[in-house]
Amino acid sequence: MTSTESIEYWRWTESRWTNPDLDWKDADIITAGIDVGSVSTQAVVMVDGNLYCYSNMRTGSDSPDSANRAINWALEDTGLTLNKIEYAVGTGYGRVNVPFAKRAITEIACHARGANYMYGPTIRTVLDMGGQDCKAIRCDQRGKVTAFLMNDKCAAGTGRGMEVFADLLQVHINDVGQMSLVDDEPEPVSSTCVVFAKSEAVGLLRKGWSKERVLAAYCAAMAHRVVTLLERLGVENDFAITGGIAKNIGVVSRIEKELEITAPEPNVDPQLAGAIGGALFGKALVEKARKKAG
Amino acid sequence: MKANYGYKDGSGEYFITVDTDLCDGCGKCVDTCPEGVLEVVENELDPLAEELVARVTEEHRKKIKYSCAPCKPTGESRELPCVQACEPRALTHSW
Ligand code: SF4
Ligand code: SF4
Repeated sequence: MTSTESIEYWRWTESRWTNPDLDWKDADIITAGIDVGSVSTQAVVMVDGNLYCYSNMRTGSDSPDSANRAINWALEDTGLTLNKIEYAVGTGYGRVNVPFAKRAITEIACHARGANYMYGPTIRTVLDMGGQDCKAIRCDQRGKVTAFLMNDKCAAGTGRGMEVFADLLQVHINDVGQMSLVDDEPEPVSSTCVVFAKSEAVGLLRKGWSKERVLAAYCAAMAHRVVTLLERLGVENDFAITGGIAKNIGVVSRIEKELEITAPEPNVDPQLAGAIGGALFGKALVEKARKKAG
Repeated sequence: MKANYGYKDGSGEYFITVDTDLCDGCGKCVDTCPEGVLEVVENELDPLAEELVARVTEEHRKKIKYSCAPCKPTGESRELPCVQACEPRALTHSW
């Protein structure tokens, strides 16, 4: 084995952040949203509905453990502790396995709510491109879902698929999008299913295609696949993309081109949308309970 | 809200759509369905509301083409049993 083979090309950068302008000690309602996806887990803490701190890391083999590690990392050095969080919401694929969550909420509702916070109330269509599936969502000015569509059939061809490709072509996952922007756009690969696309890619490489062109063909295929999903639901402006693939300019720019529409640049990590939505629902549920209690 | 469950594959589009604004959670579609494709649950897409609505079970979402095959309308466009059972007309199918 040569040394290059041990490089983990698929490994994206985990991160954490604390808002320097907020102090949780002044807060009335502290809530958390934990999005345990098949590939990544995010923990977000919001004070009075404002983003206070977060962590974004890889999901481990065990959902409860991933949720615990994510919230602990998010809270690191903030002085804030789990017992001060009034309401935590679990979302994503592992949502029912968040030990400290009071409630599990589907990621469709959370992504719409999160996109509304991140991109503003003009967002009407949200495309969530997650680790293992993608969902097209329509929402109103409050981030409430008005329609949704997900392609349940083939779970492959999204974030996880991109990791497989990065690994296969030995290109770092962060560079895949940029590298795929070639001048002579090739035909998309015929399948976005990881297994088929992988063997198709190997075939193209053997034929002498550059890595860049193979990546272009794959990103184009992925973009085309989600555009069909979006078109069935109907796209209304403004349009935003959430989830890990939102950071892949190769896929995003091709979706924009096919739809003749521009998605706004995210001001926070688009992978956080689900967790942010969860934390905001937490706040709304606390307010609702307080109102009831009088 | 229009909740679409299902998928599109090489042979066609297989979606069951529940209009949750029309659905009153009566459960008649659930009782009519011979395959257990439908269920009535809290509206998961609107966590702040507490009303019940119908949805396609997780288990059947990936295979409704097959699950619903026994119900394929025959002869003159007879309505599917679940669609027929739904008084508020909240259920539609893409086929
Ligand atoms: S078409 Fe038949 S099997 Fe399918 S949901 Fe309706 S009643 Fe059930
Ligand atoms: S029969 Fe119609 S109204 Fe009743 S639960 Fe089913 S979809 Fe809803």
